[in-house]
Amino acid sequence: MAILSLEGVSQEFGGLLALDQVRLEVEAGKVFGIIGPNGAGKTTLFNIITGIYTPSSGQVIYKEKAINGLPPYELARLGIARTFQNIRLFNKLSVLDNVKVGFHGVTKAGFFGSMLGLPGERREEKAISKRAHELLEMVGLDDKKMEYADSLAYGEQRRLEIARALALNPSLLLLDEPAAGMNASEKLNLMSFIEEIRDHEDLTILLVEHDMNVVMNICDQIAVLDYGRKIADGPTEEVKNDPRVIQSYLGVEA
Amino acid sequence: MDALLSQYIDAYYLHLMVLIGINIILVLGLNIITGVTGQLSMGHAGFMSIGAYTAAIMSVHLAFPFWASLLAGATAAAAFGFLLGLPTLRLEGDYLAMVTIGFAEIVRVFFLNFEPGGKAVGLSGIPEHTGFTLVWTMALLIIVLNAKLLNSRIGRSFYAIRENEIAAEAAGINTTRLKVLAFMIGASLAGLGGGLYAHYMTYIAPQDFGFMKSIELLNMVVLGGMGSIPGAILGTIVLTLAPEMLRIVAEYRLLFYGALLVLLMIFRPNGLLGDIRWYDFKKRWFNKGVKTWPS
Repeated sequence: MAILSLEGVSQEFGGLLALDQVRLEVEAGKVFGIIGPNGAGKTTLFNIITGIYTPSSGQVIYKEKAINGLPPYELARLGIARTFQNIRLFNKLSVLDNVKVGFHGVTKAGFFGSMLGLPGERREEKAISKRAHELLEMVGLDDKKMEYADSLAYGEQRRLEIARALALNPSLLLLDEPAAGMNASEKLNLMSFIEEIRDHEDLTILLVEHDMNVVMNICDQIAVLDYGRKIADGPTEEVKNDPRVIQSYLGVEA
Repeated sequence: MDALLSQYIDAYYLHLMVLIGINIILVLGLNIITGVTGQLSMGHAGFMSIGAYTAAIMSVHLAFPFWASLLAGATAAAAFGFLLGLPTLRLEGDYLAMVTIGFAEIVRVFFLNFEPGGKAVGLSGIPEHTGFTLVWTMALLIIVLNAKLLNSRIGRSFYAIRENEIAAEAAGINTTRLKVLAFMIGASLAGLGGGLYAHYMTYIAPQDFGFMKSIELLNMVVLGGMGSIPGAILGTIVLTLAPEMLRIVAEYRLLFYGALLVLLMIFRPNGLLGDIRWYDFKKRWFNKGVKTWPS
């Protein structure tokens, strides 16, 4: 069953067609990769799915409901979480607080509850705290929970972003170039980590990535964008051997 | 209680302590807007004067009980915080600062021409209901509630908005709504402080709430350290006392005050306590329960 589908989604920026009639079906429980050269519209696609842009035309269907036009915070509450290509952490908050903020969309405490520490709020805080520690353990940042987020190493910052996104208890996780700037062993770790969270957290993962090694190894399905058009999609093995894809993106092997 | 204190403490020092208490309430309000949520507001005195005038007019002309006047002042200020916040919070940084300056000026000019407020002459004969005990009881209560609020779901989302608005939205935070909430909390504390001020001084005039007052309050937040409650309190104490201490240098007072600000910003650019957490303090001095971190 498709958890997310895009039906003829186009995005114009003042005459520039960043996405042209893109059609996608993302199946639940899979890792879906989106690849394409720079400027192909991959991040634009992410920004549409997460509500930062409203598409010029077309529909985005998530869990059988049209979601285009909803603001980002609503989509987060519906279970669409994301990380960013250029890391966006809350720099001057502790690692732990970064993750705790991530729970905002799935918790309820209001102004009075928060200020007065009413029983409901206290229960919620306890649960948040427990789960936040679990997530930090999972990404291996438990011993740095009190450091400021911007004092972490690059790879750690990426992992913290993922932990924060997982706090929303999402059904769909969007990773925007998760392997960017990582060295070979960090990439290997990342790959096994992504597979682990997909299985453990019952997630569907959509990722944009330039590192073909990573993409080919962990994605079940791939879509290829070029100049805003989808030029191919399907199971990884098929796409890898598609002549159009090789020509426009993978390059002809010698 | 106040009578007892005045037997032992010089009236002048008692007066300064009351002013510090009132300023702490005002500054904690501004700290939520500017320090914590990161929305540069340079019109805090405008909210303060709305609270002060509303409370004073209700006490003087309508003979409301003190508590009701105080509450009305805080509520009126919060309402204006809401009205100002809703359309303007899409603005950022300098633009928001301009709007808040404009707002405070409008409020000042309004009271300059407002008959029940005594116009430019000001409003006198406000019953004196405020003293050291009341001000400090309220200040302490507000400090405690503030600390609780900032360490909660709502408080964390305020900090998140300051640090990265897009990431905050992606975490499910309705940033517009929370920014308006921050404005309302800040404005209501300004209104409360204004009401206390009016019932302490027994006389208020529009020039008490001019642009310089807003800047003075903003200085306290920045000097203490953006978003830090101990910082806001320390900043308030230092900057409330500094002009008084500097009386010894007579006419050079403002010069020294300015120099003090410049020096502090050079040596503590994040404010006195802006980048110091209780945790760091423990780590440094007690080295307790903290794993050492290779540097």
